[in-house]
Amino acid sequence: MSYVTTLEQTRFTFPDLRALLAKASPHRSGDVLAGVAADGPVERLAAQMALADLPLSAFLSVDVLGVDGDEVSDLIAARHDAEAFRPVASLTVGEFREWLLAPETDGAAIAALKWGLTPEMVAAVSKICRVQDLIAIAAKVRVVTAFRTTIGLSGRLSTRNQPNHPTDSSRGIAASALDGLLMGSGDAVIGVNPATDTVEDYVRIVTLLDDLRQALEIPTQSCCLGHVTTAIAAMEAGAPVDLVFQSVAGSAKANAEFGVTLSLLAEATEAARALGRGTVGTNVMYFETGQGAALSANAHNGVDQQTMEARAYAVAREFDPLLVNTVVGFIGPEYLFNGKEILRAGLEDHFCGKLLGLPMGVDVCYTNHVEADPDDMDTLFVTLCSAGVNFVITVPGSDDVMLNYQSLSHHDAVFARETLGLAPAPEFEDWLNRIGLTDGAGRLQDAPPALAGHPGVAGLLEAHA
Amino acid sequence: MSKGRTEALLSPLKAATEARIGMGRSGAGLPTRAGLSFALDHARAKEAVWSELDREALQESIADLGPVGLADSQISEGRAEYLRRPDLGRLLAPGAELPDASPGGICIVVADGLSAMAVKFNAAAVLRSLVPLLPGIGMDLSGIVLARQARVALGDEVAVKMRAAGVVVLIGERPGLSSADSLGAYVTWNPHAGMPNADRNCISNIRAGGLDPADAARQIAGLLRTMKRVDASGLEMKTRLTALTKADG
Repeated sequence: MSYVTTLEQTRFTFPDLRALLAKASPHRSGDVLAGVAADGPVERLAAQMALADLPLSAFLSVDVLGVDGDEVSDLIAARHDAEAFRPVASLTVGEFREWLLAPETDGAAIAALKWGLTPEMVAAVSKICRVQDLIAIAAKVRVVTAFRTTIGLSGRLSTRNQPNHPTDSSRGIAASALDGLLMGSGDAVIGVNPATDTVEDYVRIVTLLDDLRQALEIPTQSCCLGHVTTAIAAMEAGAPVDLVFQSVAGSAKANAEFGVTLSLLAEATEAARALGRGTVGTNVMYFETGQGAALSANAHNGVDQQTMEARAYAVAREFDPLLVNTVVGFIGPEYLFNGKEILRAGLEDHFCGKLLGLPMGVDVCYTNHVEADPDDMDTLFVTLCSAGVNFVITVPGSDDVMLNYQSLSHHDAVFARETLGLAPAPEFEDWLNRIGLTDGAGRLQDAPPALAGHPGVAGLLEAHA
Repeated sequence: MSKGRTEALLSPLKAATEARIGMGRSGAGLPTRAGLSFALDHARAKEAVWSELDREALQESIADLGPVGLADSQISEGRAEYLRRPDLGRLLAPGAELPDASPGGICIVVADGLSAMAVKFNAAAVLRSLVPLLPGIGMDLSGIVLARQARVALGDEVAVKMRAAGVVVLIGERPGLSSADSLGAYVTWNPHAGMPNADRNCISNIRAGGLDPADAARQIAGLLRTMKRVDASGLEMKTRLTALTKADG
């Protein structure tokens, strides 16, 4: 079925829903590279108008990806809940936007739609939203998850402390993690991207992070972001695994490129849950995504990169994750060219994740070959905070020395606390206060004597001297 | 602000990592000097990305090493297009001036990639060490080709045209904050169109303060010798080597 808009005697025709979604996408370099972008701003508006008039129910009868036997498409179809969908079943995409913005529509009403919405519906409505709409709607929705901390509560912002090291040196990782803790970062997770992917290094890294957590009695969780199969092997070897990490994408072919299937992810989830290491909750998975992943694996089949990204969230929500984040500025200028494209993509990803019921975080980041700088990151960070983002990633001085890109600094977490008034997770907030790293008003203090002279910290650093 | 115990705790740990730990703070802000120093590192990296390769100067400085050719990718609108269109950066534009070579040699392609500065500072040094090593491993130099606005896979097409058995692509890596002039070497045996990246071997971080250019050249020559022996590179080379080891055992 084709879609048509007529603007002042010019007829714009879009042959199918896949083309309509792609042409309606706000400009980004990845869609141009894929050859699916609108030819210009007027054709884009024509597509957005046709999309706005499309009934949401139309998405239930069309397979947008159009790849037979794709297990992500099958999952999306199987999980659709007609009862949950009923409140918006008669709306067009444009009316759905208005429904989401309406003051009578509260967070509970949006959250109740979770299994009634498909990724394609959510992607569609995001394409006709301005940045302000993406913020206003997402800010209504809280998605709360828990392990040793409770993440996603109103008025709070959590951080992943990311103490990466180019050769996975134990002492280097410990030093960097400590630097972050002294700045109050790490209530979402203390998570290391390993330079290697051996089971031995994985076990060493999670043991180190667990030793640090126990020495300081920190209410948080740790993670080594190795491959899911490495995590399964480490759990079998008895390693202290809190969260299992995996990168995921929006088609079976793209997931195959990451070396994962839905059944493998289910196996990992079950294994981690069986360890029963959470104290205040049982969410054990951590997923990363990012626009462009499917295209770079040539696994998009002509679908635009933002719709493919939303489909990745259908994979993530199947496993009740503690954390999900888009690595929005990491992939490079051929997918998101500059600060403007990264800003919009970060807010779209957060919006789509929240509407699909995910505990959405964002790695606010850029590489040196995109047209972006710290000013762009400040803007994205503050807008995400106003949209109620669950967590962000922070590293020492914004410089990730292993992955060679710039994320937020631990300093930015302090800014969020002290200027925006966003507290960390309650369990972690209590710990910061108890140990004396913050005062009663949540203001960061110099390292307290209890911590500076802590025998557990000294012992750990000496053990890895 | 915030000196004292935090600094005392972190100062002795700074040697354990290149990460910017213990920077201190003024409220939530970085100390002014640290903030500007970060901005300078970023400015250097940006400058490297947008730098253009001075091909004539490089050509002159290596003319004594062997036949030198010139090639361009199908990028016609400069760096902004290069960054947006990696597909065009992999394709050879018509009109390349490639050296005449007998089949079966080694072709070396020097490409600007994401840092022409890396090429400017390190390519000649690698070439000076690498070219004299080739006869010792029983290989001939087909020629050196200087390629503008090029990605790694452009080397495959150049090598096919020159009927080379192997290709070494020396290319500017994506600049980091700590180094804007790292050169990478991608070595591929039996290169052809549509070569998967898994079938290449890569040596990275070639620069002063990183992997020394002479050491890099020895590693490249070592790879070429192994590739010739098993007639493959990358993953396939690894598979065949494992099979050989098992057969020997």
